[in-house]
Amino acid sequence: MLSIISLSLFGILNLFLGFLKSRRVLLPATLLFIALAFAANLLDWNHQYVYFRDMLRTNNLFINFSSIILLTTFLTVAISRSFGTDEEHTHPAEYYAIMLFSVVGALMMVGFENLIMLFIGLEILSVSLYVLTGSDKRSLRSNEAALKYFLMGSFATGIFLFGIALVYGATGSFNLSAIGSYVSGGPTTGISPLLYVGLLFILAGMLFKVSAAPFHFWTPDVYDGAPTLFTAFMSTVVKTAGFAALYRLLTVSFTGVYGLWWQVLTGVTVLTLLVGNITAVYQSSVKRMLAYSSVSHAGYLLIAVAAKTPQSPSAILFYSLAYSIATITGFAVLILVAEQKPIEGRPDERYEAFNGLAKRNPLLAFSLAVSMVSLAGIPLTAGFWGKFFVFSTAVDRGMTNMGMVLVVAVLMSVVGVYYYFRVIIASYLKTGDSEPIGIRPLYRFILVLTTALTIGLGLFPDVVRQLF
Amino acid sequence: MQPTIPDVVQTIPLPYYIWFASALFVIGIVGVLTRRNAIIIFMSVEVMLNAVNLLLVAFSAYRSDPAGQVFVFFIMAVAAAEVSVGLAIIVMIYRNIQSIDIGLLNRLKG
Repeated sequence: MLSIISLSLFGILNLFLGFLKSRRVLLPATLLFIALAFAANLLDWNHQYVYFRDMLRTNNLFINFSSIILLTTFLTVAISRSFGTDEEHTHPAEYYAIMLFSVVGALMMVGFENLIMLFIGLEILSVSLYVLTGSDKRSLRSNEAALKYFLMGSFATGIFLFGIALVYGATGSFNLSAIGSYVSGGPTTGISPLLYVGLLFILAGMLFKVSAAPFHFWTPDVYDGAPTLFTAFMSTVVKTAGFAALYRLLTVSFTGVYGLWWQVLTGVTVLTLLVGNITAVYQSSVKRMLAYSSVSHAGYLLIAVAAKTPQSPSAILFYSLAYSIATITGFAVLILVAEQKPIEGRPDERYEAFNGLAKRNPLLAFSLAVSMVSLAGIPLTAGFWGKFFVFSTAVDRGMTNMGMVLVVAVLMSVVGVYYYFRVIIASYLKTGDSEPIGIRPLYRFILVLTTALTIGLGLFPDVVRQLF
Repeated sequence: MQPTIPDVVQTIPLPYYIWFASALFVIGIVGVLTRRNAIIIFMSVEVMLNAVNLLLVAFSAYRSDPAGQVFVFFIMAVAAAEVSVGLAIIVMIYRNIQSIDIGLLNRLKG
């Protein structure tokens, strides 16, 4: 809770810092703010609090999820650097402030106890992201991405709200536990059909936000058009917050109708895995490939939600952590490599841009390789354990229920190896430019840190898993 | 004695409200899916949100529970924030391509 309050204040403070002449102070200040919020977040460890008449609830699960969100935000902010150097980003303070505000929304989505709070958190997050997506004002691609995201996002919000209204009509409350006791307590007259329809609408809205197929159609375009830094932000923070919210909503409120949403979710999971992985193979741009890869990772995370075992939260946590760190590394390298030789004024994001990267800068090539291996789920990296924990929740649920999903998931991980390794092959085996790429010290530090984390979590997953 | 507002709302049976709100909602969905003008799509989204508001108010009156009406206020406030961002995006696009036809936006493919 302290983290939510402090981040809101820091965001406003950040806007005031924008008045200063020197822009140098902004980046360290924002990093300091996020670190402070992270520390404030940890203060509540092992305490359970309920705020504002059952609106928000903090517990260890909340703290774990929000720590992951704050960590990824910290990493994303640390690799932002083009602000202030070109015309477009003459007001970097505003972008940092909007990022902080959107994290406030994400934290509210993690800790909500009432559907009102879920709605407000979702909207704070989404509206900030519409702005960030369109932040490259003169680029038509960025404009198009912002408009698509905005129109599709508000459409999904409408569907989500209609679902909430119907659930309210059936249960008479927005409170998660009150809805939960209605659903599982079995009212004398039987569960109202409005509840089933409402649940399906809510699911459609939430699945849209975490970009699961068949609601993923906006993802590649938006991720491709947005400035790469914000793509990294969107694909990590939104996914973590979205899955935390989805899991919390489904387990606290709708455990009583598990038989219904389990079927919907497994269907969506299979479709997401197939669509995400197979389409990713056909991409010629690394950025678009990473966009489809984020769709496919939503599929893996959905397995843990659909399985709903006591291990599910820790599996979702570990997977989100591994995925977020690897994705940020991937995008960080992409930002640097793509801007070396722009084509027609925009960064070159094709696979060919990575040719010969190992000779141009060994550190970049190595961290890229580690992050791709982690995303593909090869042992000795964090991604492998993420997939392992997720798959073991499905095994716990039982092969008769989840067997089909598991088969598809394992097959699709193999497909994933193909497109992730294309980048590694380009950077190590192919020859391209030999001009070396320079990196700033902070950037270098972040790359080393994320690479070390990915390998460290791969070797000693229990260190973090004890906390979850 | 003046009838209270819940009494007035309750002069119409609840299913009528549900059907009416659903009809409005479907009109909104059809509008989003078929129209090509960004502003009209945006308007259709607002129709969807107002269908939700109507439904919430009807349920709230029938259950004599204020929470539904409070939610309506939040929806209105958030919708206003969304409008300001959305119109800014549409203006930004109009400045660049002098049109708000979403059919012209096809740079992102693959």
